[in-house]
Amino acid sequence: MSHHRVVLLGPQRLQPTLNKAVAALKVTGPLAVITAGWEERESEDQEMRDHLGAHTVNLRVYQRVEDVMEQDRELAIAIRERQDRLRVQHELYRMRLQHAMAAARELLHRETVDGYSEMLEAEREAAIEAVRTLDGFHLMKVVDVHHEFEDRMRPLQRDSVVRHRREMARILHESGALCIAGGHVVALLHRMRLFDVLDLVDSIPIFAWSAGAMALGSQVVLFHDSPPHGLGNAELFEEGLNAYSGVLPLPHAKKRLHLHDRQRVSLFARRFAPAQVVALDPLTKMEWDGKRWNGDRGTLRLTERGVLAQAGVA
Amino acid sequence: MKGLAHEIERSARMGPGAVAALIEGKQFPVVEGRTVTFVFRGDVDEVRLRHWIHGLPQAQPFHNVQASDLWFLAIDVPEGSRMEYKLEIVRRGEHRLVQDPLNPNVALDPYGANSVVYAAGYAVPDWSLTDTEARPGEIRDHEIDSSAFGGKRRIQVYLPARFRPTRRYPLLIVHDGEDYVRYASLKTILDNLIHRLEIPSMIVALIQSQDRMREYADDARHAKFLVEDLVPQLERAYPLVGKPSARGLAGASFGAVAALAAAWRYQGFFGNLLLQSGSFAFTDIGAHDRGAVFDPVVRFVNAFRRQPGHPSEHMFISCGVYESLIYYNRSLVPFLQRSGLDVKYIEANDGHNWENWRDRLREGLSWLYPGPLWMVYE
Repeated sequence: MSHHRVVLLGPQRLQPTLNKAVAALKVTGPLAVITAGWEERESEDQEMRDHLGAHTVNLRVYQRVEDVMEQDRELAIAIRERQDRLRVQHELYRMRLQHAMAAARELLHRETVDGYSEMLEAEREAAIEAVRTLDGFHLMKVVDVHHEFEDRMRPLQRDSVVRHRREMARILHESGALCIAGGHVVALLHRMRLFDVLDLVDSIPIFAWSAGAMALGSQVVLFHDSPPHGLGNAELFEEGLNAYSGVLPLPHAKKRLHLHDRQRVSLFARRFAPAQVVALDPLTKMEWDGKRWNGDRGTLRLTERGVLAQAGVA
Repeated sequence: MKGLAHEIERSARMGPGAVAALIEGKQFPVVEGRTVTFVFRGDVDEVRLRHWIHGLPQAQPFHNVQASDLWFLAIDVPEGSRMEYKLEIVRRGEHRLVQDPLNPNVALDPYGANSVVYAAGYAVPDWSLTDTEARPGEIRDHEIDSSAFGGKRRIQVYLPARFRPTRRYPLLIVHDGEDYVRYASLKTILDNLIHRLEIPSMIVALIQSQDRMREYADDARHAKFLVEDLVPQLERAYPLVGKPSARGLAGASFGAVAALAAAWRYQGFFGNLLLQSGSFAFTDIGAHDRGAVFDPVVRFVNAFRRQPGHPSEHMFISCGVYESLIYYNRSLVPFLQRSGLDVKYIEANDGHNWENWRDRLREGLSWLYPGPLWMVYE
């Protein structure tokens, strides 16, 4: 488990709570900010600065990666090749996932088979385990792709990366906390990973919400129960930045998931156990204090019984 | 006879008071499962239900209750249907088409408004209604110099919320675009689907023709206008991706013909077609019976069927099963698929009208232009 003190918050656009969360930890000093998930709108952080009412410094992670790609063509080509391999790997995973999920869903929906209901649960368990095995296999393959890239390109030793890391380390060293906004989770994850930003963070607390919360975990899971096309199978995308473990945050869960569908909720919880699968909706908060997780009252987790329950200690 | 119609007959036998009590406070027509009961009150000689459902008699007479001013009609309407209609009132030899005075639900179109009945299982899609959380885009007026038609053409351009000139956007050109905004809630839908991440932030050109029955009927000038006037000028004025895969045409009825015909004339230029209730009339033998205005359409579709080529990478086609055009649209789909095109086709229990086209926009737009739904968590 990481030594970072991490606070995960619900979406901030309409009901911001970041300033209260920061105040609760008595943060002093300027706040470093990462808005790389906003991509080309990265610098448009005035609303957040107004809300925080404190001195903030945007680390400009998105723009720094653009600069690296411009300065280091060899690295840029290698990054694009890695993206292509990851995309293919994900397509292969998705092909297998739809069948594995269909089997698990069908078994969860069945109440009995010719009257033998007691035989069903073992099959359900095996079907969910098959999905977990597939997730694990996919994660391993994706990690291999990243390791191959890192071994071959040594990104942290390249001049342009070193220069930007040095600048960010200086900002972070003078900061009282790091705030990571949501947005495009893959853009955020990959750009933070290129600089290994978390390695530059000393002992200051990290506040993250939406995609920011997702990217910091041990696994990044993409999800939506009712997309306009497709079956809405949650997909394990890849390993996260491992700032914390034990919690899988689901931003906008009320909007994106059928939280009243017991079978879907149960499947989600069982598939990703033992992590607490947490509905990270507006006004919710989960805090890792270095020893354990604490959920604010009203912050809910998906349970294996298919219902929601207070998220909390783990 | 069943349900409300049966109750009306029974109450009629009990007297005018019983009838008044039965229908008071109710909104009509009344939907009971698949049975829809229409009611009209008035001193008239005849009342007929006039609708545009292909395959059914276009005028269905109401029954008069015991020589009173009360008229009713119960018909079978499949679940999930939307049906637009008017009432034909006959009084002293004079026929008038009117909206149903007991039904507050109306559907607007360029010719006015029709009454509309929502059958069991139908609901106006929530994504077509104003969402206060969705950031609104903006519609700007724009003029295009047209070498194809000569002179200038006025169009409108939808820019998404948080539009940034530094970013590149996909383009969709919508025939009868102002009508789509007015009668099919297009702007609201774009705002909502972009907000929901179901489509990307995109630029939409709304074009409108003053002579659409001619210009949209495979008119070479129109195709030239799109490809040689409109798109180049838009690409100079706005930050567009500028590739076929990020360019599309949309249209309904004759607008769908215009879209397909232009893409066929300039193959490889448009990657996406959204074709709603296309007037794709063709003949396998002999002449068509749809009037002279369809002559160029039939010539085009016949030629297209002989040599379809590859007008676009992706085609989304929708049609209402209550339209006479369903035959042509259904016929087109297997033919297109055999030609190797990526086609998604859907049918709806609806007619040839703007709300049918509105209700299919989410599926069509998000299929042709998939948004970052799985990747973005703000």
